[in-house]
Parts: sequence; C-alpha cells; structure tokens
Amino acid sequence: MKILVGVKRVVDAYVRVRVNSDGTGVDLTNAKMAINPFCEIAVEEAIRLKEAGAADEVIAVSIGPQAAQEQLRTALALGSDRGILVETEEEVKPLAVAKILKTIIEKEGIDLVILGKLSIDSDNNQVGQMLAALCNYPQGTFACKAELQDGKIAVTREIDGGEQTVQLDLPAIVTTDLRLNEPRYASLPNIMKAKKKPIDSTTPAELGVDITSKVKTLSVAPPPERTAGVKVESVEELVNKLKTEAKVI
Amino acid sequence: MTILVIAEHDNSSLKPATLNTVTAASEIDGDIDILVAGSGCQAVADAAAQIAGVQKVILADHTCYEHQIAESMAPLIAELGKSYSHILAAATTGGKNFLPRAAALLDVDQISDIIEVKSADTFVRPIYAGNALATVQTEDAIKVITVRTTAFAEAEQGGSASVEASDFVAEQTMATFIEEQLSESERPELTAAKVIISGGRGMQNGENFVLLEKVADKLGAAIGASRAAVDAGFVPNDYQVGQTGKIVAPELYIAVGISGAIQHLAGMKDSKVIVAINKDEEAPIFQVADYGLVADLFKVLPELEQAL
Ligand SMILES: Cc1cc2nc3c(=O)[nH]c(=O)nc-3n(C[C@H](O)[C@H](O)[C@H](O)COP(=O)(O)OP(=O)(O)OC[C@H]3O[C@@H](n4cnc5c(N)ncnc54)[C@H](O)[C@@H]3O)c2cc1C
Ligand SMILES: Nc1ncnc2c1ncn2[C@@H]1O[C@H](COP(=O)(O)O)[C@@H](O)[C@H]1O
Repeated sequence: MKILVGVKRVVDAYVRVRVNSDGTGVDLTNAKMAINPFCEIAVEEAIRLKEAGAADEVIAVSIGPQAAQEQLRTALALGSDRGILVETEEEVKPLAVAKILKTIIEKEGIDLVILGKLSIDSDNNQVGQMLAALCNYPQGTFACKAELQDGKIAVTREIDGGEQTVQLDLPAIVTTDLRLNEPRYASLPNIMKAKKKPIDSTTPAELGVDITSKVKTLSVAPPPERTAGVKVESVEELVNKLKTEAKVI
Repeated sequence: MTILVIAEHDNSSLKPATLNTVTAASEIDGDIDILVAGSGCQAVADAAAQIAGVQKVILADHTCYEHQIAESMAPLIAELGKSYSHILAAATTGGKNFLPRAAALLDVDQISDIIEVKSADTFVRPIYAGNALATVQTEDAIKVITVRTTAFAEAEQGGSASVEASDFVAEQTMATFIEEQLSESERPELTAAKVIISGGRGMQNGENFVLLEKVADKLGAAIGASRAAVDAGFVPNDYQVGQTGKIVAPELYIAVGISGAIQHLAGMKDSKVIVAINKDEEAPIFQVADYGLVADLFKVLPELEQAL
C-alpha cells in the first residue's frame, strides 16, 4: 500500500502574527516557519501504518515555495520515504491544491491519502474534502482514530456532538484531527539520513493544473482589539461587578 | 439571486445553526430556499418552513441522507445548487465536512467561515486563528460559503414557505455509517449557551470538573474546555473551545485554569464579557479578560458557587 501525505509550510503555530502595514496580508518577515501541525499528525499516522507493516511507501508532497523543501525534509526525517515539491511562489487555493494532489495520486497509484484537517494559516478546512470529490473517493475527515480492516478503513471522526465512525473503501482520503496521535520528534540520525532521501521537483504547470482562483483577497485587517479589563480582589467583588456593572448574571 | 441554505438537523429537530445561516443569507439579498436532507425528517422541513424570509423548503427525504454522509450530501447539493447563486451552510462539523466536497463537484472554491457579508460577492473571514480578518471577493458563478454562526443573529420565526420534495437520490457504497457516540448533557449546547464556564489544564483531572458543574448549575451555563484539558482526557472532545474546536460568543465566558493560548482565544474572544480565574497573574488570558481574578481555582470555585 502506498500512502500520500500533504505537508504544508506555514507560520509556526505559536508565532503571534500581525497584519502588515499596507493591509495586504500578514507580516511573515523572519517569522519561524514549520510544518502545519495537522500535517505533522498526518505524517505520523502514515509512518505508524508503515511501521505496522500495513504500508510499503509513504510519499510526502508539498505545494509551495522552494523553501518548502525544509518541511519535506522534516517529513522525511520523521520517516517518509520520499518527497515531491510542487513549486510555486503563488498562494494556491484549496481547489487547485486538490487538483494538483489528484494528478499525483493518478501518477503514483495511491491507496490512502492522509491530510491535515486544516491549514492553520488560511484556516480553510477544505482540501481533503475537495480531493475526495475530485477522485470520487470516500472521506474520513477530522479523524481521531483510523484502523485498516480487510481492505477498508474505519475512521472515527470528531463531530460537534461527540464522535462518529464511518467505514470507507480504499482508496480513501483521511484528514487528521488533533487527537489522532502524538507526533514524534525527528532524531538526529534520522535527520542526517533524510538528507539522502529523494525529493522530486515539479510545478503546477508541469502537472497541467491551472492554479488561478476566482477568489481574491481585497484587504487584510487586524481584528478588533480586546483590551484588558480590571483585576478583582475577591469572588465577592467579581459577582458584584457581574451583577451590577456587566449585568450578565 | 437565489440562495440555497443547507439545514442543520438531527432528523427530528432543526438546529439553531440553521437560523444563523439564514440571517447571513438574508444579508446577501436574494430569495432564500432551504434544503432539508435527511431521513424521516418531515418535521424538520415543517420547522424550516416557519423561518421568516424563507421562500421554499426542499425536502430530500431518503435513507441515504440519514447521517448526512458527505458522499451522499455533496452530489445532492451540487445537483440542486446548480440553479442557485449562493450555497450556504453553517461552519459546523457537518457543513465543514460536506460543503467543500460539493464545491469541488461544482468546480468552485469555497469561502470558509464568513463573519460578515459586505455584498453579494464580498465577505469577511478570519485567518491565522482570528489574528487577521481577510476581506475576500469571489467571481465564481456559484458562491459556496460556510458561515460562522456566532457572527449572525438567529432568524426570526413567522414564515410560511412551501415544502417541495426532491426525488434526487445519492445512494453510494464507498462510505458506510457505523456508529455515533454523542455525549449526553442536560446543559445548553456550547454554541448556543448564554453563559459558558470552561476549564483548562489547571483543573488537574476530570473529577475536578464537578467544581465547574456546580457553578454551571447556578448559572445555567454550558461547560467548555481547553485543548489541554481534552487531550488529558478530563472531558470529551466536543467540549473543546478554540481555533480547532467550537467557536463560541456567549454573554459571559468564564475561563478557569486556562492560560489563554492564541488557539484558545480564537474560539472565545468574541464573548461579550470574559472572566479569567488563574493563579498566574502573567497568564495571557488576562489580556482579554474584562474581569480577572488571580487566585487558586480550588479555593475560589466553591466560593463562587456559594456567592451565586
Ligand atoms: C494546531 C493547534 C490547534 C490548537 N487548537 C486549540 C483549540 O482549539 N483550543 C484550545 O484550547 N487549544 C488549542 N491548542 C492548544 C493551545 O496552544 C494550548 O496548548 C492550550 O490551549 C493550553 O491549554 P490550557 O490553557 O488549559 O493549559 P496551559 O497552557 O498549561 O495552562 C494552564 C493554566 O492553568 C493555570 N493554573 C494551574 N493551576 C491552577 C490553579 N490551581 N488555580 C488557578 N489557575 C491554575 C496556570 O497558571 C496556567 O495558566 C491548539 C494548538 C495547536 C498547535
Ligand atoms: N500547499 C499545500 N501543500 C501540501 N499540502 C497542502 C497544501 N495546502 C493544503 N494541504 C493539505 O490539506 C490540508 C488541509 O488544508 P486546508 O484545506 O487548506 O485547510 C493540509 O493540512 C494539508 O495536508
């Protein structure tokens, strides 16, 4: 079985981003970049399947700038076998990401795709579902558990009211939620080994995918600031203020 | 322009999220139809017909839609959606699951989680866990959108829409529903509650959530949690408030033993009044709190219960 994982280069989850001065986006100059946390969980899940003998090969793909090589190297250091960089300087929207991933699935013959549920920069939560539609594959989104059984995969999903389990034919698309697993750290020897693993480079054009989108960002603004209020000294004072000042209880 | 709103329901009752979505639709300015897809869900269609401003309810009642599985919902939405200018669903785990799939079938991008309608083609949505608000414009012929429910009021009752059946059936075998484990609670739903009290890692274990429950009982509050509290197994996953959990905006949000990480704030900083109880006076949660109490939660929670 061959597994494809999506690895997106994003700003580190703990960086506090600020809108840039001309209101066109956020200022990422010198910001620490990382693998999207949900993609890290996807990589971990794929590697566990390989370690359990259920998968033969794990291929990590990233669509992004040249620098996304770094995130692919991390995915390789974690245990992926090889990487594919689909290089572009432009922001690629979810539908186009899904179209690119579809061409790779067709070329490589993939049985299982594991993606994050969400990119923490653009907050889309779309690619997995779109890819599933384009390939006409079933989808197990927001997974907190995934188990291969008799050529199918059972996926337990985190939903608003609790959990739901679905059984999917393979090939299938799974998107990860936070509690699917706890990703490992790459060991130094594995980081060294990863340097020798292959990364193929291509472009959206070479794959025949038009990445222009009909959705344009007109402007980006900071959210309304919330200012710190007052410190109260006691429960009594708190309850008093909630009753008489804030009038919420 | 005609707008199709996908109803959120459990086959017996219409969920309030539908009402928020209808309000977002009404700000786009066009006729509004509602799709109720489910199994044995006539009562839901009847309820949807009473929402003010709704013109028509389309009822797709078939076993293949019973659990609103994306593999069946998406073809249905894409088929019906072809004749609409906009398709809207709530940004709940339901809408987030099936709507992007429908968008891809229609070969259009989706605009996720809008908090404001600027015009029929321009919307505002949070990015970077709410640290920035993007104004986006789409030229797609069919605009597919999920709606952040806390940003829109609930639509009023008082409509009398017609109910029309759709005979489109999207049976499939690639995905099978196995089971659902829904947490049962007498408390209000997190996303609809007026008061929420949430616990974090500072609660130390699940048993200690009893301290929150006692306060919640007094306030008629829902109980939420940080990711750390959920990951540690104190409470079920659907308690999680934040970027990747539930987005809430109650009248009163009380954060107890929660530090206030960006991802947690993303889910609650639009609450009207925020109270933070934390023993660390440097905790970032105090930067957004209207009222901060620097104290040991184990001491003050029983006091709070008494004082209410
Ligand atoms: C991709 C991603 C998505 C995420 N999504 C979410 C999300 O949706 N929601 C979310 O909440 N987090 C999310 N997180 C996690 C987030 O970054 C934080 O790790 C998490 O919110 C911390 O939870 P906490 O505040 O309970 O724990 P901590 O940060 O450990 O804080 C515990 C607090 O309790 C206080 N405390 C301890 N004991 C006491 C006491 N006796 N009395 C009073 N105070 C006490 C401490 O002073 C401390 O401030 C996400 C992270 C990532 C990377
Ligand atoms: N540029 C990209 N390169 C590789 N994978 C991506 C890219 N964009 C999105 N994905 C995958 O799709 C998931 C969901 O992204 P999104 O729909 O943008 O929130 C991510 O966690 C990735 O696994």
